[in-house]
Amino acid sequence: MKSNKIKKAVLALEDGTWFEGFSFGAEGKSFGEVCFNTSMTGYQEILTDPSYRGQIVTMTYPLIGNYGVNNVDVESRKPFLSGFVVKEYCKHPSNYRMTQNLGDYLKKNNIIGIEGIDTRALTAHLRTHGAKNGVLSTSELDPKKLVKQAKEHQGLVGRDLVKEVTCDKPYHWTELPYNLDKPGDNPNAQMDLAGLTPPEKRIKIAALDCGIKYNILRRLTAEGFDVTVYPATTTADVLLASGAKGFFLSNGPGDPEAVPYVYETVRKLVDSNAAVFGICLGHQMLGLALGGKTYKLKFGHRGGNQPVINTRNNKVEITSQNHGFAVDPDSLDKSLVYQSHINLSDNTSEGLAMKHKPVYSVQYHPEASPGPHDSRYLFKQFREMVERNS
Amino acid sequence: MPKRTDIKKIMVIGAGPIIIGQACEFDYSGTQGCKALKEEGYEVILINSNPATIMTDPEFAHRTYVEPITPEVCRKIIERERPDALLPTLGGQTALNAAVALAENGTLNEFKVELIGANLAAIKKAEDRQLFKEAMLKIGLDLPDSLTVKTLEEGIGFAESNGYPVIIRPAFTLGGTGGGIAYNRMEFEEILSKGLDLSPIRQCLVEQSIIGWKEYEMEVMRDLKDNVVIICSIENMDPMGIHTGDSVTVAPAQTLTDKEYQRMRDASIACIREIGVDTGGSNIQFGVDPKTGRMVVIEMNPRVSRSSALASKATGFPIAKIAAKLAIGYSLDELFNDITRYTKAAFEPSIDYVVTKIPRFTFEKFPDAEDILNTSMKSVGETMSIGRTFKESYQKALRSMETGNIGLGADGREYVEGRWQRTGSRKPGKLPHDWVDAQLRKPTSIRHFFLRQAFWQGYDVDKIYKLSGIDPWFLNEVKDIVELEKELEKATTKRGKLKAKLPEELLRRSKAYGFSDPQLAFLSGVKETEVRKYRKALKITPVYKMVDTCAAEFEAFTPYLYSTYELGKSSFLGKDTEAPPTKNQKIMILGGGPNRIGQGIEFDYCCVHGAFALRADGFEVIMVNNNPETVSTDYDTSDRLYFEPLTFEDVMNIMDREHPKGVIVQFGGQTPLKLAVSLKKAGAPIIGTSPESIDVAEDRQLFGAMLRRLKIRQPDNGIAMNVKQAKPVARKVGYPVVVRPSYVLGGRAMEIVYDESSLDEFVMKAAEAAPDKPILIDHFLEDALEVDVDCVCDGKEVLIAGVMEHIEEAGIHSGDSACVIPPYTLREDQIATLRKFTQQMALALKVKGLMNVQYAIKNDLVYVLEVNPRASRTVPFVSKATGTSWAKVAARLMAGKTISELKAKEVPYLKHIAVKESVFPFNRFPGVDTVLGPEMKSTGEVMGIDHDFGMAFSKSQMAANSALPAKGTVFVSVKNKDKRSVIFIAKRLSDMGFKLVATQGTAQALTSNGMEVTVVRKVHEGRPNVVDLIKNGGIQLIMNTPAGKGPRSDDFQIRRTAVVYNVPCITTLSACAAAANGIETLRKKEIHVKTLQEYHSTT
Repeated sequence: MKSNKIKKAVLALEDGTWFEGFSFGAEGKSFGEVCFNTSMTGYQEILTDPSYRGQIVTMTYPLIGNYGVNNVDVESRKPFLSGFVVKEYCKHPSNYRMTQNLGDYLKKNNIIGIEGIDTRALTAHLRTHGAKNGVLSTSELDPKKLVKQAKEHQGLVGRDLVKEVTCDKPYHWTELPYNLDKPGDNPNAQMDLAGLTPPEKRIKIAALDCGIKYNILRRLTAEGFDVTVYPATTTADVLLASGAKGFFLSNGPGDPEAVPYVYETVRKLVDSNAAVFGICLGHQMLGLALGGKTYKLKFGHRGGNQPVINTRNNKVEITSQNHGFAVDPDSLDKSLVYQSHINLSDNTSEGLAMKHKPVYSVQYHPEASPGPHDSRYLFKQFREMVERNS
Repeated sequence: MPKRTDIKKIMVIGAGPIIIGQACEFDYSGTQGCKALKEEGYEVILINSNPATIMTDPEFAHRTYVEPITPEVCRKIIERERPDALLPTLGGQTALNAAVALAENGTLNEFKVELIGANLAAIKKAEDRQLFKEAMLKIGLDLPDSLTVKTLEEGIGFAESNGYPVIIRPAFTLGGTGGGIAYNRMEFEEILSKGLDLSPIRQCLVEQSIIGWKEYEMEVMRDLKDNVVIICSIENMDPMGIHTGDSVTVAPAQTLTDKEYQRMRDASIACIREIGVDTGGSNIQFGVDPKTGRMVVIEMNPRVSRSSALASKATGFPIAKIAAKLAIGYSLDELFNDITRYTKAAFEPSIDYVVTKIPRFTFEKFPDAEDILNTSMKSVGETMSIGRTFKESYQKALRSMETGNIGLGADGREYVEGRWQRTGSRKPGKLPHDWVDAQLRKPTSIRHFFLRQAFWQGYDVDKIYKLSGIDPWFLNEVKDIVELEKELEKATTKRGKLKAKLPEELLRRSKAYGFSDPQLAFLSGVKETEVRKYRKALKITPVYKMVDTCAAEFEAFTPYLYSTYELGKSSFLGKDTEAPPTKNQKIMILGGGPNRIGQGIEFDYCCVHGAFALRADGFEVIMVNNNPETVSTDYDTSDRLYFEPLTFEDVMNIMDREHPKGVIVQFGGQTPLKLAVSLKKAGAPIIGTSPESIDVAEDRQLFGAMLRRLKIRQPDNGIAMNVKQAKPVARKVGYPVVVRPSYVLGGRAMEIVYDESSLDEFVMKAAEAAPDKPILIDHFLEDALEVDVDCVCDGKEVLIAGVMEHIEEAGIHSGDSACVIPPYTLREDQIATLRKFTQQMALALKVKGLMNVQYAIKNDLVYVLEVNPRASRTVPFVSKATGTSWAKVAARLMAGKTISELKAKEVPYLKHIAVKESVFPFNRFPGVDTVLGPEMKSTGEVMGIDHDFGMAFSKSQMAANSALPAKGTVFVSVKNKDKRSVIFIAKRLSDMGFKLVATQGTAQALTSNGMEVTVVRKVHEGRPNVVDLIKNGGIQLIMNTPAGKGPRSDDFQIRRTAVVYNVPCITTLSACAAAANGIETLRKKEIHVKTLQEYHSTT
């Protein structure tokens, strides 16, 4: 590697922190909230997760790009994030499924990447001082100027990012989870050791897309659901008239309070006694719809090792998480709602369920991708609930 | 679930002696386990025969049995102690096998002892090859095609229909003992029949070869609530076909996508559930086809393993400690993560660095063993290193190996004529392609260095991949290092100052790639200290990062640190912010690095005791070491742990950060000792015996002068620099002579030479082992008694810690001989002389701390053989035998206390006898002779303790897995010289009812003395012969003093057969006599067990 051939890049935060490294993705300048993810695998899924809209994502695992990028481990139509920060970018990936290297992928998708910086120092800084607005640039390289620009950048709070990632018209989803053990087959389950086959009886449901991850859709089809995905702005009336027997509320980016049109829709769905299941932003939407409040976490939960306790059986699930906001459980009416899941590390709300209605949600990502599969049962539970309710 | 209150007393089984495949990682896990159980208020009963362990320190259990780990002895302890539960998962395969035996023979039921951690069914399901296969198929996991066989014929059927190579895996053996890869029918029959013999249930798995596939390991934990977490994933750089203990491995897995990783995680969780390991840790191995991604499960260890020790050190998650707490009923979500303090143990560590483990081999000790790696483990130790990139981590690990490497190449050494030689050339010379191809194809202990050679010779990644099977990801990383080495080689040819040769940007990049100062100094043609000065002037210094289990997501409180070099400019540059040094009074202890023969757990024991003592005295103790198997690298042994290479550069970097008040180099063996002078020169405050005194003991002339002054005798000796000089020196000191290189460890290349004709050969070997260093030639005292004396000294006063009489005569390396405390044949006046000499020398050398002396006594004259003014291998044994931690005393003396201040006292009179016996790795090295000599070959030790010598000796043999028979047939074959002396021993055995079998010559000597002897043929006399007799189980004890060495001799075949069939084989006359004593006692008395606490309360 000849250093002089490599283009420089700078990451600067609003509080004056900056790092000079090397560019390995697209060129230009991009603003976002700088956050970190502690997953050791799954960068491709993270890159394509629409929930990162508006964020510059730092991977705490230092070697990124090791297994390249392939055509199937994708979570949406394209990467939506604002920038990608790693310690060492691997330009010589090795994996039997890869089709290209990470740098080329970022360039093609116009995402700026920076490598060669002390990501641990950055992570510790964000942990101590909270998530910060920042700018990633390969054009302007003066840290002082960049810090100033980062200060002027508007943060995530109050911004509606959902409209930037949702689909523009309804579509029908049919794809099943990809099966590593039977590539090329129309597989019945992704790495389900028991060889799960989807139930034959299809049930029609609607998924409200605030930036939905494909693996949620794949898990829903694996449960025998016939899924139609609707734009986030779709009204409750349209959804209820669609013939769907259940409603899924998706994950998505940004501040939950900035998308009142979504939680208004959710409130109506709940009022109609429909079966509802929400994940991540969907959990926050449900919380708000039920009259609760949300707040911003200091630096969020992003990773694949978050322990969550299931209050119903007192067992621990290792979960995949990606959220910067949380539902305040004390703001909810305890006669209506109970906490089904609680984060073992900081006791934040991880799941809620209504006592007398077929409605529940989780803050974390049972669809994994990336992350562990401990909570996959929630999809099966949804199927059972919809069946009971219809 | 809270902890169980229905059990109060828990028995823990340790792993016994250090052997290949079962090293000090089980002391680490056992110590953690005992500590955890004690902390929870349980009464802990421990059995472990290994005195060099920390876990057998009396304070780690309530009742400590240093007794042989056999089902019979365990039963006696259970009978005596009546424990409520038995925890068998912390003591390796030894403990697991003992537990299975105790369950199957009804002992556990009889005494109502509950197995906790793993139940019998689970152990069997995991260890029995057929049951395991069925279990895995049941949960939908794929396995390589295989067949469980109990006979040779069944195996051949499989091999013939599947084709070769075929892997053979015996059931219930450790570290792949007896396993192997067969490439043809002949090999197959040989390995399989041996494997069936070695398997306690005569069962082997013969398996389709997946050599060349990617190999992974997962460390899994489960609690009684069925919570399961993955602690660590490990990827082997060396592909399938090489035992994971012998592979270079990295954590975490590098080349798996999340989909592939999660599939492996799901499989691991399904596996631990199906096998039914109730609580604790397990290790599961997988193979992945690099072309199709097909994943197969290879095997599972339902217990804490070597890999779990590695995973604990790699992640900061204390697997053994948590396993112990889960076993008594806690669930993961009830336990806290020590490192972050307020988060729970129910999580999966996320790491933000790369860990590289490199195994340490000692093939040089066994020249007759072939350096080929396969599924049977051969390495004796390992080193681990941590870096922020693979390149940094890999090069740090390479320079931690204690093999003379300072990284990957750039050291002026080349592989010429079958060995590494210092040629001084800046780049490797071209070697023939077919030869390099062969080196890449052949898995050996040195293959990794040929990756560099190949890249220098223009090989591309694809070609090397095809030859070696090492994944292209790793090869590209190595290539990056070599490319930078080439860039450096070019840049440093520039004339002028360092600034011209090593511009700042290049230097910064080199350090981030893990290049060491000595590598850069070599290429630049300057001294290491100059590079250091230049580097520091440019402020290119490492930053220290914490191993915190969580990738910095939470604040960590345990200063477990590693160094790294950051590349780029930033607002953080030069800020070394993590776990900032304190202003406390600090003492730094340098550890011993990877275990190898000659430097093992005994030195780590001393480091740990040093840390405990100084912490108790209020010092902040900083530990520096890179051996993941040890207690010293447990984050709670010291106040601060630096997991770093033990080189001048790496130690000085820590010095610059911490500024300790004192540095201790005399506990960690040769590794820190050899840094003493350069560290002192650089200003490090070395405490304890001065490096100058250490040098006096090592330097022939200075040492000779001192002895003359003290009027202490030593064997006639001289030094030679080459073969030519050796002859006159040898003639002058008189044959036989001992030839050895200076400044080496464990008697490396040491030989006894009886005549001039063989002198050249051994002088040459000695010269090879330590080039450019003088060769020492001593007169050899034949048939002399050897004695070790350990003492502590504060510079003014001396305390004798122990006088150890060797059982074997002088000439056998002290690390290989058995020895006894207190002496069993020495007279009071002889002991008084030894004490006096020891005191005189300790004072003359101004020793502060420990000193060890080796004496020989011949014709009533006492000779000094060697003085080591530092911790020696015998310290733990002496401490266990006398009930005093001499290493703790020594540490306090080094820190400035005096003996009188400490009120330390000698242990005047022991009512018991302790015998140390050595344990050898001969079963790992086919083709290697088992005769003992001046070159050390043992990997570990055991202690037998009782009230009489015979029983203590018997126990030691039992513990060393060569139990003396109480009846049966003895085969006697001794060299002419010994014939007269063996008569007495044979007579005793015959009187006890043993049948005697001998070859013609020995038989004659015995019959003419009135004994009844069956004559058996020697090997070359046709069949059936003695070897057939041994194989057929017709011999229970072999007494064979070697008349000839080398693979062609008859004796050799007898001894090798004895190893394979595990028949005790004694090769010295003195040990034969001791054995007769032992057998006599065994026949008269029953074995009794007693705790160390009891032994020491009565002395």
